[in-house]
Amino acid sequence: MLAIFGFIYWSTVAVIDRQTTATIEAEIVGLAEQYKERGLAGLIDVVRERSGESASRNSVYLLWDPARGPLAGNLAAWPTKATGLSEWLSIDLTRREEGGQVLHEIRARTFELAGGYRLLVGRDMHERAKFRRTIVDTLTWSLAAALALGLLGGMSLSRRILGRVDDVTRTARRIMQGDFSQRIRHGDSADEFDRLADSLNALFAQIERLMSGMRLATDSLAHDLRGPLTRLRGRIELALIAAPDAVRDREALVSVLGQADAALTTFESLLKIAAAESGIAATELKPLDLGALARDAAELYEPVAEERGVRLTAVTDPGAPHVAAQRELLAQAVTNLLDNAVKHTPAGGQIVVRVVAEGGSVLLVVADSGPGIAASDRARVLERFVRLEESRSTPGSGLGLSLVAAVARLHGATLDLTDNAPGLRVELRFSAAVARTLAGEAEQRPVPSPLPGAAAPIHVRPRGSLAFGPGSGGGPSPRPPRDDR
Amino acid sequence: MPFQVYRFRMRILLIEDDQENADYLRKGLTESGHVADHAANGPDGLAQALDGRYDALIVDRMLPGMDGLSVIRVLREEKVATPVLILSALGQVSDRVRGLRAGGDDYLVKPFAFSELLARLEALARRAGSDAELEAQTHLRTGDLEMDLLRRAVVRGGRAIELQPREFRLLEFLMRHAGQVVTRTMLLEGVWDYHFDPQTNVIDVHISRLRAKIDKGFDEPLLQTVRGAGYCLRAPT
Repeated sequence: MLAIFGFIYWSTVAVIDRQTTATIEAEIVGLAEQYKERGLAGLIDVVRERSGESASRNSVYLLWDPARGPLAGNLAAWPTKATGLSEWLSIDLTRREEGGQVLHEIRARTFELAGGYRLLVGRDMHERAKFRRTIVDTLTWSLAAALALGLLGGMSLSRRILGRVDDVTRTARRIMQGDFSQRIRHGDSADEFDRLADSLNALFAQIERLMSGMRLATDSLAHDLRGPLTRLRGRIELALIAAPDAVRDREALVSVLGQADAALTTFESLLKIAAAESGIAATELKPLDLGALARDAAELYEPVAEERGVRLTAVTDPGAPHVAAQRELLAQAVTNLLDNAVKHTPAGGQIVVRVVAEGGSVLLVVADSGPGIAASDRARVLERFVRLEESRSTPGSGLGLSLVAAVARLHGATLDLTDNAPGLRVELRFSAAVARTLAGEAEQRPVPSPLPGAAAPIHVRPRGSLAFGPGSGGGPSPRPPRDDR
Repeated sequence: MPFQVYRFRMRILLIEDDQENADYLRKGLTESGHVADHAANGPDGLAQALDGRYDALIVDRMLPGMDGLSVIRVLREEKVATPVLILSALGQVSDRVRGLRAGGDDYLVKPFAFSELLARLEALARRAGSDAELEAQTHLRTGDLEMDLLRRAVVRGGRAIELQPREFRLLEFLMRHAGQVVTRTMLLEGVWDYHFDPQTNVIDVHISRLRAKIDKGFDEPLLQTVRGAGYCLRAPT
């Protein structure tokens, strides 16, 4: 920067100097011509004219006769410095001005004319000095301004950057201290910092989910394993206190084994939920035909349903695209839903499993005609171990629906519990596009019709129809496509 | 609980470092009429298994010295084809796949019922003897019950039996394991490809449906329930 300014200064000054020199040279040549053409008198006229009152004060002329003194010009005497006959010189000249006496620097050249006359042509360098000062001043100020601006800009930029880095550090520290809900503030510009904040926030969200999953897992372990284990221990202790009795001891053993199995089942469910929630199984997602999965699960439960006097039907759309799924977990989720439905649907009721393509997503619906779940309880039942009072009598760990919720999250599916009027309607909405990219093939399928193209009634009865419950809540309703990422 | 007494005696090698678990398994195997040797670490287990004198191996996945899957891999490289049942605390689908890929024949997640282990071991040991020809069979017979796999037809005592596709597969599985105890989880795996236990005992209902079709109206029931273990399709002796 300084170098640039220096260069500008020096080159400007050099140009001015060159111009001054050239002007003086030209004038001397011109005056010498005049002398040659018009003689001394002519030269005197010209010099007088050029140095007269009306002429520029910047020009200095002197025509000197060594014998008689000044002949013409605006300089009082031949400068003592000028000894040579033809030379460049610099004269300090005192000029009277309004502010008093001012010293001016004159750049001049002397010239010897034929006949012994001497000619001096000069230019006041005052203007040049002024100009030089202006340049120096300008350059200095611009330099100062640039420096100041750069400094300020740099400071504010670094303060901004450091501020945001500090924000990240602060957030990370709070999270390390245990407040997992902390997130980095998001700026309004979509710059690198915002992108970094987005990634880190996603990471923090994942950590929070894992941590809360872990906390829930430990809570759940305490809640649902401590109870059965305590009972189991009590049963053993009781049997040991009592007098030995082969028959009674055997009974105790059978009961204890049952309790141990129940505890193990709960434990197994908790592990599955933890695995689904940690997202570990997400690496095993493969394109899967939801319809086939639903039909298999329905077929597995159909005899149980029939035994209870409930009609179980599967309606699947053969045009429904595959979804990215972990078959094992999803099958477990669907059987859990069917298990619930079968347990809660009274005799004479019906359960419908339905897989239907809708826009860019595939819907898996399990709808029953049981008592359903009150709207106020629907969110609660997805939590672990929540078993509504009215279902306490039915067996189950209370983990069924929370596993469904965890599996839905793992698959990026939305889970909705709605009223089937009467009954419960559970809807899992999968994004079909995920599977397509996963499969790595641009699979072109015909746009599936909103109506089920094929019905696969599991239960073959003469009067078998595919109608839904009275509420017909299960019917495909034209909905605007949802943005499912 | 009285375990099923099996008709043939198996020589089992148990490679398991948990002494208590090993004792429990050996006791159970011995009481069921089998012979069980025990190795407490990978290298010892491998050395014993290389003798090849066993009907089946039970290999724990996590072993000191050399992990279970490596033991199996070496055995397979050495062309020892003894069937292997892997025991593991790791129950994810990917874990099971890795275990079977290493050369295991079946995978059992801890904790398990002893009856489950026994049923699976027996199935493995039996299959090892007559693998190829059994798999290729297109005609199965248990007592007077016959299944033609090509025509998808089932006949008992000259009477045709109509079966739904899944019932057919269920019966086929039972007939291929005729005379053996088949557990509910084995059926879920073999017939439905479900490696988890649905909460309700759905299998029992499927079995009773099948039973109604193949045993109803016949003097000798073929499909028996083995208490505390599972089912057994057996020709009357």
